[in-house]
Amino acid sequence: MIPEIGHFAIVLTLFVAMAQGILGTVGAARGIPAWIAFARPAAHAQFLLVTVSFLALVWSFLAKDFSVLYVAQNSNSQLPWFYRMAATWGGHEGSLLLWLLMQTGWASAVSLFSKQLPDAMVARVLGVLGWVTAGFLLFVLFTSNPFERLVPGAMDGMDLNPLLQDIGLILHPPLLYMGYVGFSVVFAFAIAALLAGQLDSTWARWSRPWATAAWLFLTLGIALGSWWAYFELGWGGWWFWDPVENSSFVPWLIGTALIHSLAVTEKRGSFKNWTVLLAISTFSVSLLGAFLVRSGVLTSVHAFATDPGRGVFLLTLFGAVVGSSLLLFALRAPKVGLGGRFALISRESLLLINNVLLAVAASAVILGTLYPLLLDALGLGKLSVGPPYFNAVFVPLMAPALLLIAAGPTANWKSAKIPAMMKQLVHPAWIAVVVGIGAPFLLGRWSALLAFGIGVSAWIASAVIIGIVQRVRATRSGLMAQPRSWLGMHLAHFGIAVFVAGVTVVMGYESEQDLSMMPGDTVMAGDYEVTFRGVRRATGPNYESEVGDFLLSKNGRAIRSLHPEKRAYFSSDMPMTEAAIDANGLRHVYLSLGEALGDGAWSVRVYYKPFVDWIWIGCVLMALGGLLAISDRRYRLKRRAVRKQRTAEGAGA
Amino acid sequence: MNRFLLPLIGFIVLVGVLAYGLTLKPSEVPSPLIGKPAPDFTLPELASPDATFSPESMKGKVWLLNVWASWCYPCLEEHPIITDLAVSHGLPIVGLNYKDSPEDAIAWLKRNGNAFQHVISDLKGSVGIDYGVYGVPETYVIDRAGIIRYKHIGAISFSQARNEILPLVRKLQE
Repeated sequence: MIPEIGHFAIVLTLFVAMAQGILGTVGAARGIPAWIAFARPAAHAQFLLVTVSFLALVWSFLAKDFSVLYVAQNSNSQLPWFYRMAATWGGHEGSLLLWLLMQTGWASAVSLFSKQLPDAMVARVLGVLGWVTAGFLLFVLFTSNPFERLVPGAMDGMDLNPLLQDIGLILHPPLLYMGYVGFSVVFAFAIAALLAGQLDSTWARWSRPWATAAWLFLTLGIALGSWWAYFELGWGGWWFWDPVENSSFVPWLIGTALIHSLAVTEKRGSFKNWTVLLAISTFSVSLLGAFLVRSGVLTSVHAFATDPGRGVFLLTLFGAVVGSSLLLFALRAPKVGLGGRFALISRESLLLINNVLLAVAASAVILGTLYPLLLDALGLGKLSVGPPYFNAVFVPLMAPALLLIAAGPTANWKSAKIPAMMKQLVHPAWIAVVVGIGAPFLLGRWSALLAFGIGVSAWIASAVIIGIVQRVRATRSGLMAQPRSWLGMHLAHFGIAVFVAGVTVVMGYESEQDLSMMPGDTVMAGDYEVTFRGVRRATGPNYESEVGDFLLSKNGRAIRSLHPEKRAYFSSDMPMTEAAIDANGLRHVYLSLGEALGDGAWSVRVYYKPFVDWIWIGCVLMALGGLLAISDRRYRLKRRAVRKQRTAEGAGA
Repeated sequence: MNRFLLPLIGFIVLVGVLAYGLTLKPSEVPSPLIGKPAPDFTLPELASPDATFSPESMKGKVWLLNVWASWCYPCLEEHPIITDLAVSHGLPIVGLNYKDSPEDAIAWLKRNGNAFQHVISDLKGSVGIDYGVYGVPETYVIDRAGIIRYKHIGAISFSQARNEILPLVRKLQE
């Protein structure tokens, strides 16, 4: 009964979403107040209905209702309750329901936090979101219904993919979807502005906090995915340029360009067309990612069950959403003015270069991801494009963008004076050179690339710190008195510096050893000793495992014992490795247990990963910077203030 | 022409490619070799280049030829499944190391386990051409008489190994 309630709730949501789509957009175009007024409550109603539906699915998992096909396919009676709950979004159908929950949740948030916006604008935005939601609802109802019954019901389920039985599953997809779906709000703002013919700095100011919010969730989602792969998959890498990873990274790159471009449009009124195109593109590449992952056109580790019907539907949805937006763009863009002019050296031009670099980098990643498919479509054979391509293309594109991070905030809008910028950048420059050349010697091995990476990191970090100190001194007020969006920018840039340092050091100084060890053997990892003490058997709730016992010590002083595991889940006989890691912020000692080699010997993987935590710490700092930026008080100006400003503008014009 | 139409045109081309991509199944390309005798070759063993291997020596057995390389990411993904087929189900599997440097390949096997009965080295990919290798990984099922019965392109998933390859091998072994 409960699953049917869930099913019914999403059918109802479809009707509300279509009504919101039609009444919102048409009502705003014709100026019909009753239709416009429908948009806000309709957004809340959809959120409520999808929540009911989502809870019904969660309940089906918790109650072990194996007569629901999706539950039987993705869980098992021995699975602990929290994984059963997370299994709700562990498969294709349920993860789409999660997507819908977020989609309607964002729309509901828009209707809640847009009190200061004109009603007609909100109705347009929610109307566009209603169309997008309706598209996804149709997809769920026609091709991926999670509430489909299995008659007769199964005695027990098939279990959740062991790879997904991890804390990572509970958090990774929700964060990632919050990001993808969040960009649909920015997309809706852009379409609404194009429909209304009001592409101005007010539009940019409305969009900015939403874009930053979506971006920060996406940043956290990608970082968590990388962390999960590192810990759970036992491969010791943090990024693989896998098609699915790429399909989350491309929206991140374009989203990053978007939040910078929005800044220019808000402050200076320039780049309007470019910003609107980026807003459309960010959501489009999120949809493209969904298509690539779920249609089965590319093979990847993130294998969702694929079905040709789904692919056709998703491609149609993608084509309709993006095609109509780009057509609208082509019709409206020629009438949009150019906005404020700017000199060759100015913050605008630096941000433009940064945007172009990010967009080209994103295109290069898309090309690398789609190239195998393209060749296949042209009948030129099949091949796989690997990390060598991405590293060769991506690093040279990102290097100038990283150098610009320090320079951008020192440049004035409209026209910047080079001597004034030099004055602020001279200290970061020599710090970068000294640290870049010096640090690799201290770390034990010098190479130009390592020096460059560490130097860039020092350049950004010192420019951020010096920039903050100078501003605090110049304004004679405390750090906290500075605008939050400005602090947020610097914090996010500092996060980039931490990230670059982490990537450079881990690539340059990690050591990876694959050995055969007998109990009693000791091996060096960095300047630590790892002693193998044997393997014992243990039983978990739904698996049996072999647990290695290792002692980590430094200069003969014991630090702790480590227990990597090799698990065999009852429901599948594919063995899973659980790595054991000792982390202290500056390095990881990473152990994973391989095969028994006979006579008590085991194959063991011993990794020493210096600074690897910095990669994820850097991402968290970027996200915190985003959070700080959206908490800026100017986004929460009361409607009255805006009205006053409008009348003033009207009088001036 | 309106230059703002360019994004739309680019997008239409992209959708066209994707739509065509949907009609292709990356893992199911019919091979003209199915039902034909497996092309003969003689290649050195990876670990000891003096020794050689040729399919002739597998006559009388149902065996798998798995084409892999250390630079190939999906190979790593399917490796536990290949290992499982060899260890738990006792299938004789020959690994054809395709266009790879022997040092990298040996290190890769050391790291990820080696359950292959033979690992042979096809440095130039010449055998790959005879077998019509599209990309790595690929897996062939060859019967007792040396006839190719099945070809799988791309990484083998756990369920494909269980539901397609294993039953086929068992049938051929009867």
